Amino acid sequence: MGFFDVFFKKKNSSNTAKERLKFVLVSDRANCSPETMEMIKNDIIEVISKYMEIDVAGLDIQITQTESEGGNGIVPAIYANIPIKELKAGR
Amino acid sequence: MSEVIVITSGKGGVGKTTTTANIGTGLAQLGKKVVLIDTDIGLRNLDVVMGLENRIVYNLVDVVEGNCRAKQAMIKDKKYPDLYLLPSAQTRDKTSVTPEQMKTLVDELREDFDYIILDCPAGIEQGFKNAIAGADRALIVTTPEVAAIRDADRIIGLLQAEEVKRIDLIINRIRLDMVKRGDMLSVDDVLDILAINLIGVVPYDEAIVVSTNEGEPLVGSSSKSGQAYVNICRRVTGEDVPMMKLEDEGFFRKLVNLITRGY
Repeated sequence: MGFFDVFFKKKNSSNTAKERLKFVLVSDRANCSPETMEMIKNDIIEVISKYMEIDVAGLDIQITQTESEGGNGIVPAIYANIPIKELKAGR
Repeated sequence: MSEVIVITSGKGGVGKTTTTANIGTGLAQLGKKVVLIDTDIGLRNLDVVMGLENRIVYNLVDVVEGNCRAKQAMIKDKKYPDLYLLPSAQTRDKTSVTPEQMKTLVDELREDFDYIILDCPAGIEQGFKNAIAGADRALIVTTPEVAAIRDADRIIGLLQAEEVKRIDLIINRIRLDMVKRGDMLSVDDVLDILAINLIGVVPYDEAIVVSTNEGEPLVGSSSKSGQAYVNICRRVTGEDVPMMKLEDEGFFRKLVNLITRGY
């Protein structure tokens, strides 16, 4: 970063464009539509609900990019944040 | 050795036809034998951008259907005797031609031309499939806008799936003043997102509007865009041409560069 950038660095519309594009292209490239994501989400809820009670409203699932552990660079990954309300008794 | 190049973008209105006209004309200026094919059946417009609309007798569909020979349908350019246009049909639709027929036609033209340049329609349907069927390489035209870049990314994926050997990017209509303000994606931003080889940058230029009004491609003229197209053409032929500076650096900018970067 150059000397002047320290003073002029601010959130501008091209940064916004770049961030939005990066997100939308990850799901485009993974060929994963919002409908598919919804189906994946419902299946995950169904499976996990067998074992524990989860907070369905607080569930967040999205496709994102992550550094590959195998050294393949940046790869798409499914990120899921599933809040648990209570572990089911008897397990 | 002839080369078949498709000029495509996904999104409409980013400058495919203007780019085709200028690259075709520019290659002819370099002494190459060139034929431009308008593959946008039903929405013919390369002829008007080239200023050849009054000379059309036969069209692409006539050639494919065998109503005439390719040589009868090709129109010779006003200025360059080794530049030809094969116009599209205006009153037919995309299904009038198949990818196999396009490939056969293009391969036939390889004998007589150094470059066969296909102006692809917008979209990813039949017209796109026809245009890319016989292509050795692709030039993707995009503008520094989210919709155009998203579509370009999709097109790149489709071209890779079709095993088009070489894909290069042209960034069109960039405005340095807006990039400086942070209100337009820069060349580096676009390359960062699309991750393909850059073959040229064409600045936003009012001279382009004037040139299309007149039906005279401006490649080779003294305008910034005219020079940018010349550079792209030379790179297409394999010459190593450094990227043009889009703006002269003023004294202050030079001083700032000296201080911050040490040169």
